[in-house]
Amino acid sequence: MKIIYLDHAATTPLDSRVKKEMDLIMENIYANPSALHQLGLEAKEILNNSRSKIAKILNCHPEEIIFTSGGTESINLAIKGIAQNKKSGHIITSKIEHPAVLETCKFLEKNGFNVTYLDVNQNGLVNPKDLEQAITKNTILISIMYANNEIGTIQPIKEISKIANKHKIPFHTDACQTGFLDLNINADLITLNGSKIYGPKGIGILYKKKDIKLEPLMHGGGQEFHLRSGTENLTNIVGFAKALELAQKENNEKLIKLRDYFIEKVKKEIPRTFLNGHKNKRLPNNANISFLDVEGESILLYLDHKGILVSTGSACSSEKLEVSHVLDAIGIKHDAAHGSIRFSLGKSTTKEDLDHVVKELKGIIQSLRMLSPIHLNKEDLRK
Amino acid sequence: MSKDNYDVVGYPAQKGKCWLYSDKVKEHFFNPKNIFKSDQELEDYKKNADGIGQVGSPACGDVMEMFIKVNKKDNTIKECRWRTFGCASALASTSILSEMVIGKTLAEAKKITPQDIVKELGGLPARKIHCSVLGDQALRKAIEDYEAKKNEP
Repeated sequence: MKIIYLDHAATTPLDSRVKKEMDLIMENIYANPSALHQLGLEAKEILNNSRSKIAKILNCHPEEIIFTSGGTESINLAIKGIAQNKKSGHIITSKIEHPAVLETCKFLEKNGFNVTYLDVNQNGLVNPKDLEQAITKNTILISIMYANNEIGTIQPIKEISKIANKHKIPFHTDACQTGFLDLNINADLITLNGSKIYGPKGIGILYKKKDIKLEPLMHGGGQEFHLRSGTENLTNIVGFAKALELAQKENNEKLIKLRDYFIEKVKKEIPRTFLNGHKNKRLPNNANISFLDVEGESILLYLDHKGILVSTGSACSSEKLEVSHVLDAIGIKHDAAHGSIRFSLGKSTTKEDLDHVVKELKGIIQSLRMLSPIHLNKEDLRK
Repeated sequence: MSKDNYDVVGYPAQKGKCWLYSDKVKEHFFNPKNIFKSDQELEDYKKNADGIGQVGSPACGDVMEMFIKVNKKDNTIKECRWRTFGCASALASTSILSEMVIGKTLAEAKKITPQDIVKELGGLPARKIHCSVLGDQALRKAIEDYEAKKNEP
């Protein structure tokens, strides 16, 4: 049975063109880029080329790109880096951030910092006015994600960065889901990672505008402009640069068409199903749908049995047995959040795949509803 | 752009071998026993069931409902049907319980614990037991429902 992988928001497979470039490095380059001999200099040159490639895409100086081990590290470096540099102050973020942001902020709260977690509306959008109102004279950082990993909502990111710039407050955005979108967004700090853009796992970058001061997390040999010590992971760095280059050329329109085709078809074929997130301001590959009266893990495992791989916001699937904080923040009742499934499409996804998924899904929801002793209505969807 | 350019490593993959729970859970999850095949069947059964019990709440993510028919001569359970809203372990644990109770006296059935069910299933992840194994409570309610009805004049 063929696998239909619809979990690209969790991680993407590796693009074979990326792998080809990585193979070359792995097979031929082993010297330390900090070494002064010829092999070291060659490695250094490859490192610099990758950095320049990325800088060109982000329209910045190569020295403004810091390589890290991935999205989580970049986020930690941005937020803790600013916090430790300022010693105290106030941070503004949103309620629907990735745990890497939320848990870092909670950690800083325990260490004396104040944090405001902005509400979002029922589509998952931050209101820029709320942001402006939350700013105090002690605000040292604003961190709002570019697009949400669960429901796919894309924030008015340029409006947000404009407000931050106006108040001269450093603005960080977690752009892990948006390597395919416009990255010239005038943020001071941008987190990107390889594992969501058909690149390798274990590699990310933090873009850091020149005049922003950060305290490093890793101390040591002083690599990455003294902001991230440790011998550079050259294979992954080369892979990341290639992946980002390809991501920026990706055909988003094709995915948007497929996404909307899928959402409409599911809603038409399966009664009492609801799209979570914003209709248009959403990631080209994200469809997050609640199916009333059925539980997400059951749907996920039935789909898995048919070779269709997805993820769910149901509490049963999480380690903490808590319902998705994102669905909670957009006002979805727990009853309905348990039945949410995230389908995240990718560049290998075809219309035929999606037709097959809807067909299987229809049967699965029907049988699970037959087993279910509850009957929710549209009114039971929202708080 | 040629199709070659869209190639990703490891795609298309073939179906793998891994499964989240035990084989017994797999069997009961994908082939649940003693269920209703249609709304009509459910409605008919509801009218004729000797006892019905329900526990849980949709907000918590698990609701179990059990229907029993009792052999009045020896006070044993002769039939058991169920419905469940919940995850794989919730569905499988109710399904296996509906088989475990057949032929048991009401007194014996009342004594079934979540641990008995988990053992029969070949184990469950610890964090799942507390929330997803509620079938024994639903069963006890169904028995109590039967006993209350029986004592009505």
